[in-house]
Amino acid sequence: MEVFSEYILCFILFCIGLYCVLRRRNIIKIVIGLGIIEYAVNLFFVLVGYKEHGRAPILAKGQVVSPMVDPIPQALVLTSIVIGLAITALIVAIAVRIFEKYGTFDITKIRRLKG
Amino acid sequence: MILPFFVVIPLGAAFLISIFGKRIKNFGDILANLGTLSLLAVSLYSIKLVSVHKILVYKIGGWVPPIGICLVLDGLTSFMLVTVSLVSFLVSIYSINYMERYTDKHRFYTLFMLMLAGMNGIIVTGDLFNLFVFLEIASIASYALVAFGTEAEELEASFKYAIMGSVASSFILLGIALLYSFTSTLNMADISRVLSAKPPGMLVNFIAVMFLAGFGLKAALVPFHAWLPDAHPSAPASISAMLSGILIKTLGVYALVRVLFNILGITQGYLTVLMFLGALSLIVAVILALSQWDLKRLLAYHSISQIGYVVLGIGLGTPLGILGGLFHLFNHSVFKSLLFLNSGAIDYAAGTRDLKETGGLAKIMPVTYKTNLVASMSIAGIPPFNGFFSKLIIIIACIEKGHIGYGICAVIGSILTLASFMKVQKYAFGGELKERFRNIKEVPVMMRLSMLILAAICVLGGFMLLPHLKPFLQSAVDVLLSGNGYKDAVFGALK
Repeated sequence: MEVFSEYILCFILFCIGLYCVLRRRNIIKIVIGLGIIEYAVNLFFVLVGYKEHGRAPILAKGQVVSPMVDPIPQALVLTSIVIGLAITALIVAIAVRIFEKYGTFDITKIRRLKG
Repeated sequence: MILPFFVVIPLGAAFLISIFGKRIKNFGDILANLGTLSLLAVSLYSIKLVSVHKILVYKIGGWVPPIGICLVLDGLTSFMLVTVSLVSFLVSIYSINYMERYTDKHRFYTLFMLMLAGMNGIIVTGDLFNLFVFLEIASIASYALVAFGTEAEELEASFKYAIMGSVASSFILLGIALLYSFTSTLNMADISRVLSAKPPGMLVNFIAVMFLAGFGLKAALVPFHAWLPDAHPSAPASISAMLSGILIKTLGVYALVRVLFNILGITQGYLTVLMFLGALSLIVAVILALSQWDLKRLLAYHSISQIGYVVLGIGLGTPLGILGGLFHLFNHSVFKSLLFLNSGAIDYAAGTRDLKETGGLAKIMPVTYKTNLVASMSIAGIPPFNGFFSKLIIIIACIEKGHIGYGICAVIGSILTLASFMKVQKYAFGGELKERFRNIKEVPVMMRLSMLILAAICVLGGFMLLPHLKPFLQSAVDVLLSGNGYKDAVFGALK
């Protein structure tokens, strides 16, 4: 049970983010919820490569091969964090423009499209 | 080796346009059109390569997969590349005149080429995480393009689209993380090899559900469709044509079928889900489309409905069904982009796209009228246009497999499509010309040229089923039919 607790925490974080995106009315809070979802997924990805008492995966000369953490998820998560930054920046920029046009951050009042 | 060019050309063009586009007049127009034209030429050449070699694998940086990243050219890749290049070339011709209405044309071309680079990357890549990165490139460019007009409605639609799209991407990334933890590799062929050596378990099904939710959101299948009718009409017409014509197919349908068929290995359970979602999309969306008065919104609902046909056809899993589905994918990308370009032409000339206000445009805008008539008959499935053949194949395949109910759904969907396009014809082009439209003119020559070429493809599309031209479609079908054989083909090509 102890082994899986971190995965369960990741899942709870993911659900908090999803709840935040689906239920909040303020668009800035929705963007924050989106960030939480991304962090949850990134955290999960890093945990996939984690090994207990593993060390950093650097192979120096004369190094004894010992348990290492998997470096690939770390590299991938780095990429995914950068992508997440780009998306967040774009969405916040759109949110600022929406505030200029509508004068509100409340999504129930931003409803010109329907049908 | 031609494979890297599909990513390098649009990415390089986007880079150059963003630097020089503002200083040199018409630089964006020229470079974007040259770029898309060369992509079209290279993609047509790839058909020949596929017919000779069957499969080609390019190792990036000389690293041998599964350690390095590879690009794969097979029948399905080549088919999708031709579809994407054809539509994007004609759309970029159209944009020369159409985008004059907007400021910052070079920014438009930068985003356009970035989106194209993302889509081509998704199609050619043989690495799962690489697919995710290209998917995000295409998605971010499309979020920005939807908001390009920066009016209130466009920003609202873009915000909605960006939120839904990002949640979908998170699902896809979660699926990739789970798949990596299970197989310890990211190369598509290698994942397939590892999975086939392991006993089947619930985890693979869970991963499939993650991908289905993620790619289904990108493809706007019916339970996940809510963003599309807002996002696609809000973009400039040439971008609507790109989004509806190819983006939802590349990011959604192509990626989904590649993952389900070639990586996870298709089972009857997945096929049943695909068929159900396809039939649901095609019926629900066409009913919603009937009551629309905004021309572009009506077309957007039809995109969902036609994607339903594609997914239904592929979900049948029989050779005939997959053939029909892929053929319909090609046809839909042609006639739906033509319809969106028509709606852009009406908007350009008359300044409105509300069907209650337009009327009698047939006399003033003969080219738009005639091409729109061709496209409407294609989408409604009237012989001898291309849409008829693909829908017929899908319906026959449904009956052949014993799914009479789905076949009837497809027929009803087709009839309702015809009804809603008769409404378009009547209100946009038929009737008396209104006083305020007396002085409008037909659209400029480049827009007409692009619409005429698309209409010609709609008329001639049915010939793709002739024995001479059929290998183009058949090689794509064979890739999906081979299923897990994909890994053997890739590893065979590496030796």
